[in-house]
Amino acid sequence: MSNMKYLILRRITQIGLLVLYFGAHAYGWKMLSGTISSSSVLGTIPLSDPFAVLQMLAAGASLGLDVIVGAIIITLFYGIIGGRAFCSWVCPVNMVTDAAAWVRRKMLIDKIERKVWVTRNARYYMIAIALVVSAVAGFAAFEIVSPITIFNRGVIFGFGAGAGLLVAIFLLDLFVLKNAWCGHLCPLGGVHSLLGKYALLSVKHNSDNCTLCMKCKDVCPEVQVLNMIGKRSERVVQPECTNCGRCIDVCDDDALGFDILALGNKK
Amino acid sequence: MSTQKKPEITARRRFFTDTAHHAGLGLLGGLLWAGYADKARSSVLTLRPPAALPEADFLRTCIKCGLCAEACRNRDSNIDKETGKPRPETLKMAKADTDGVTVGTPYFVARDVPCYMCDDIPCVPACPTGALDEASVTNGEGELDFRKMDMGLAVVDTNSCIAFWGLQCDLCYRACPLMDEAIKLHYTRNSRTGKHAFLEPIVDMNVCTGCGLCEKACPTEKAAIFVLPREVALGRPGAHYVKGWDKKDQQRVGERKMENITTHDKRSEKKAADYLNDGVSYE
Repeated sequence: MSNMKYLILRRITQIGLLVLYFGAHAYGWKMLSGTISSSSVLGTIPLSDPFAVLQMLAAGASLGLDVIVGAIIITLFYGIIGGRAFCSWVCPVNMVTDAAAWVRRKMLIDKIERKVWVTRNARYYMIAIALVVSAVAGFAAFEIVSPITIFNRGVIFGFGAGAGLLVAIFLLDLFVLKNAWCGHLCPLGGVHSLLGKYALLSVKHNSDNCTLCMKCKDVCPEVQVLNMIGKRSERVVQPECTNCGRCIDVCDDDALGFDILALGNKK
Repeated sequence: MSTQKKPEITARRRFFTDTAHHAGLGLLGGLLWAGYADKARSSVLTLRPPAALPEADFLRTCIKCGLCAEACRNRDSNIDKETGKPRPETLKMAKADTDGVTVGTPYFVARDVPCYMCDDIPCVPACPTGALDEASVTNGEGELDFRKMDMGLAVVDTNSCIAFWGLQCDLCYRACPLMDEAIKLHYTRNSRTGKHAFLEPIVDMNVCTGCGLCEKACPTEKAAIFVLPREVALGRPGAHYVKGWDKKDQQRVGERKMENITTHDKRSEKKAADYLNDGVSYE
């Protein structure tokens, strides 16, 4: 099981947070109430999704102090531990798309299917479109289609037809394009990529230990960030890395590990 | 046969094609998205939590966190006195298939679970964004005041209200948390029987908060008293109608003296018989 360490930790975090949210509504627990869009820790500390806040501002909302403070806290937090750590450690949709990626590998779909090409920068275009549509429609546009909040609210308040959207994401990732949603389209992932540009925590490769087995590239949801594998010993610098630690899990040669960048040490 | 070579793909050509490609796909996505967003707006009949901003502002300010619904469900004041158990929560969060309510936003259906008008209004301070505006339910002493809630207005369908038939029913009157203020009973003689009274429920629009307890209590198959958002329930006479007998309304237009008011305009220069017949030819 040693090659599942981070995977198991991530599932515990993801599911644990959903349990806390569910308990807050169902039983009145105070630890973490609200949803992923905006939460309250112990009924006092606000946490808010910076992208939702950005869309609301684009839509022309004048917002209360709590939600602004909450967005700043989240921005700073992910700015330090890696922006997309949200995607792999918190976001519930990650479980859906990871499942699709797992089935793809088992069914050898990656080896057989015709290639569909979509730029991985599509997520950044999605951010721009979301903000423009928010401004035109007069409300946060991504928040009415976001599978992330629909999943999160579904666990707390009941799914309804929203479950169909999650099935659609699963099928998209399974049969249309590998890592289509999380790796190409999701604008929230894009925002978190931008937040993590200067993160202190990231994966580091030691090419001296690397045997070029390429297991890491097989499992990586953002495979382009591992462009140094077997070539250079360096940190993963591309902000699209989700810090999921799956590459570290599957590496049998101790060639990958988490690394904390001490301030001032830019190597 | 053409001897032309295949067109060369220059950097310039690639740049223009790529730009057009991205802009076009972006526009396509934006149009689809904006089209869906337009359809996703809530129906005008949606009842929002207490102190909600006007619908357009509410929709842009609500972050869909559900903290109001959570506060509503887990409020201390929510123990049913008869059973000792908590009552079901009033505020629901719209699902993707909830008819006519934007997904993820809080709403309530008065006939299912009305608002119980808690003294401490726990749902409103829970809102982190100001979509539920605490100031609008705060009185002069700085306390939360449930009398200032405004979710809608109860409307009576006098045709299906059995009290208007002459049957003795005052369920809505008794269910109202502001009994004898928001709903008053109007006694009139029942000339059909000659010896009974009609006890007609009449809603005072200045007092009613739209909590919906009356709608929940109504015994008819489909409620004969029901809450509508004020925008839907009320008309608007327009600024040019002035209640001359109402001091406040009169002040709205200022004290205008009769001798200073003129009805003279361009038409007055001709006699009515002339301008009415303008453009008409007789042959």
